[in-house]
Amino acid sequence: MSLFDTDELVINMGPQHPSTHGVLRVVLRLDGERVVGADVVIGYLHRGIEKLSEHRDWQQIVMLTDRMDYVSAATSNLGYCETVEKLMQIEVPRRARYIRTILSELQRIASHNLWLGTHAMDIGAMTVFLYNFRERELILDLFEEFCGARLTYSSMRIGGLPLDIPSGWARKVSAFCDLFETKIPEYEDLLTHNRIWKERTRNIGVISGADAIAIGLTGPPLRGSGVPRDVRKDEPYAAYDEFDFDVPIGSAGDIYDRYLVRLEEFRQSLRIIRQAIAGLPEGPVVGKVPRLIKPPAGETYHAIESPKGELGFFIVSDGRSNVPYRFRVRPPSFCNLQALPRLIKGHLVADVVAMIGSIDIVLGEVDR
Amino acid sequence: MGVNPAPPAGPPDPPPPADLSVPGFISPLQSALPDAVTQVSYWVGDWTMIVATNRLLDVMRHLRTAQEASFDACCDVTATDWPPRAERFDVSYALFSTRHRHRVRVKVRVADSQAVPSVTSVWPSANWLEREVFDMFGIPFDGHPDLRRILMPDEWQGHPQRKDYPLEGPGEMLLENPMDWLRLRYEP
Amino acid sequence: MTSMGWLLPLVQILIVLNAVLIAVTYMVLLERKVIAWAQSRLGPMRVGPHGVLQPIADAIKLLLKEDITPARADKWLFTIAPIMSLVPALIAFAVIPFGGHARIFGRDVPLFIADVNVGLLYIVSITSIGVYGIILAGYASNSKYPLLASLRASAQLISYEVAITMMLVSVIVTAGTLSMVAIVEAQLHNHVWFVFVQPVALVVLFIGGLAETNRTPFDLAEAEQELTGGFHTEYSGMRFAMFFLAEYANMIVVSAVVTTLFFGGWLPPFPNVGWLAFLGWIPGWMWFLVKCFVFLYVFVWIRATLPRYRYDQLMRVGWKVLIPVALANLFVTAILKVWL
Repeated sequence: MSLFDTDELVINMGPQHPSTHGVLRVVLRLDGERVVGADVVIGYLHRGIEKLSEHRDWQQIVMLTDRMDYVSAATSNLGYCETVEKLMQIEVPRRARYIRTILSELQRIASHNLWLGTHAMDIGAMTVFLYNFRERELILDLFEEFCGARLTYSSMRIGGLPLDIPSGWARKVSAFCDLFETKIPEYEDLLTHNRIWKERTRNIGVISGADAIAIGLTGPPLRGSGVPRDVRKDEPYAAYDEFDFDVPIGSAGDIYDRYLVRLEEFRQSLRIIRQAIAGLPEGPVVGKVPRLIKPPAGETYHAIESPKGELGFFIVSDGRSNVPYRFRVRPPSFCNLQALPRLIKGHLVADVVAMIGSIDIVLGEVDR
Repeated sequence: MGVNPAPPAGPPDPPPPADLSVPGFISPLQSALPDAVTQVSYWVGDWTMIVATNRLLDVMRHLRTAQEASFDACCDVTATDWPPRAERFDVSYALFSTRHRHRVRVKVRVADSQAVPSVTSVWPSANWLEREVFDMFGIPFDGHPDLRRILMPDEWQGHPQRKDYPLEGPGEMLLENPMDWLRLRYEP
Repeated sequence: MTSMGWLLPLVQILIVLNAVLIAVTYMVLLERKVIAWAQSRLGPMRVGPHGVLQPIADAIKLLLKEDITPARADKWLFTIAPIMSLVPALIAFAVIPFGGHARIFGRDVPLFIADVNVGLLYIVSITSIGVYGIILAGYASNSKYPLLASLRASAQLISYEVAITMMLVSVIVTAGTLSMVAIVEAQLHNHVWFVFVQPVALVVLFIGGLAETNRTPFDLAEAEQELTGGFHTEYSGMRFAMFFLAEYANMIVVSAVVTTLFFGGWLPPFPNVGWLAFLGWIPGWMWFLVKCFVFLYVFVWIRATLPRYRYDQLMRVGWKVLIPVALANLFVTAILKVWL
């Protein structure tokens, strides 16, 4: 018989909580402040995008993909357009592929910026957040100049791009790259060698590479565990096979390594953008696309590397209607979030928010 | 317009062209587990294996462990509804090997309310993905550790991704009034 | 003593209380402005030129807000908790010497309310009461997040109170007195600020002060990102404002104590150096305020820079680093005091 009664405290984190990045709800069972078990409840933002897409024609769906990962709309656009192009075997002009690469790498920087800011904010470093938003704003300006929108871009079309880049845009992108390169050390000064930051992130949420693959992690959380898995390298799409870049990997598989991986991805993205700007070919930006898009009957799965991980589209066409027969998204946030209960078990409440931040979820994509 | 064509009765699943060599992991699988794979098809670069439902777990374990296959990542589990067909659902698994960097799609065909063996014992990542298929299509998974709805509310009735489920929702009960929810919850 | 002898302390109390409350509200503005500048923003700009009237607008807003008591809360404790938090923070100012003596209207007026001979002990004991407000707030709210926060607060108090008190003992040993005024005078007579005698004590005391006032990186009890605001989650309106005032008043207390103990209180820099004598023309209370301001700025600066410690790490810093250091410091101080 124990002297003291020790009940577990069940605490409901979310769906309205400052650190659950939207409407995530985590039901935590606590022993003191230690997490004994966790149940992740999602679906609060479910809008039925998959169902809805089976009732919208092929071009309209581009707009729906914006609303999935709303902080990284360009990569969702790219994944969808490439899947349909694969289904229809459309050849995309080289210039369009280059511009798509530039857009998705800019998007990756913007998304990682948002991630780093909110992640640092969750751990209590509030200044990094503002610094990151300062730079993210510049990327949004570039996107606004390209397509007129700042968040939901709809910046790609099946077969290419809606329009060519405005004159002088490429120069502005280069100028941004030069500026951003000087800003990365500012984040590092505040965090990388900060003792408190290290203590909060090192050896927290450790997962081995094999376990990470088995539980379905992709993207930076998987690379943080030392698995060099990157769709851009493994199954090149857009124009990634023409550029020279490295896939940063971590070794410990903790929050700190995931942070370092993403920080290095900033630099690799800049490398890709610079190569793409330097080698930007002339030519059209739209391939030979039929007036009425109606892919032949068949199904395909195509994946790209979104800033969160492997973003896959599984699309089935019946070959005779002008809507997809089945439209399925393999959302990286959803699959990465699945690892959360396992990662936080045995850690403290304060680590839960750090962990949610480190796997970088967007609830719009988790719930679709 | 006017004439509604009959709904399609299934994907074409075309056989691979004769001049294309089949990936190296398929024939060892066929010899290790004869008559488990009922069909191999190929379309725009994707290889698909259609597998008998009762042999699914054997096939998956083989694909996970065999050297030449070593599909260590289960990227996606999803389903497609083909109502005219007797076995109306295609449950498809997108597998990827981080060692060989190749992909394959494995499909099983099941009838309404027929259970599919869960692959969570092979890949833990299938857990939520199978829950989503259960939620959206109502396909039960045998041996799943935690088969609950995931995206829709627990008291939801019907399975939204089925083709006979209307886009607007369940129809007469639009669930705008909170009392409708209570009715759903307490009067099954 | 004239028949008006009771009037002077009353006027002093009124002045100090009002000055502290105004300082606290403007401390909020200072914090917002400094953090904004650190983060390349402007901070409040709309109310008055450069937002100087913002604290007044905030105060009016908080006063007019609906004051909600949760239905299942313990109403009596819920009401008394913010009072228990604010009052100790304010009465601690009773023994803070803002200056020496001044001649006003031909009278010799001390620039402190009371010179208690156990002043330092008084401050330590009074400020410790403040944390009961936090604990009671967490308990009385009948809500889980505030409860966790109040548990954190009590653990934090226990760990850091020990180190702080031991550091204060080091200073007391050096000065040979417990009176705040006498400690300042001791620094004048010893020809040195105690910061040069007890640098370790300053560092530990300041870290402990950060923890005592629930400031970054030790703001666990109100960690917004973890506990949705911590102990004051359920509070609103004026009762929330009281917690707010208490936190900033405590910051000023810590700054004032550090100034008094280590930086010579109201003394100008190097009062015994002849050619620096012209600094003595600036009144002592100005020196005191300037020194306090520097520490308040450091508080804000730290908040803009550092992430937050975790609960167990905070405990580790307290028990495994600060307390051993404090003990060693006290030991060395005592030995030197006896032998030299």
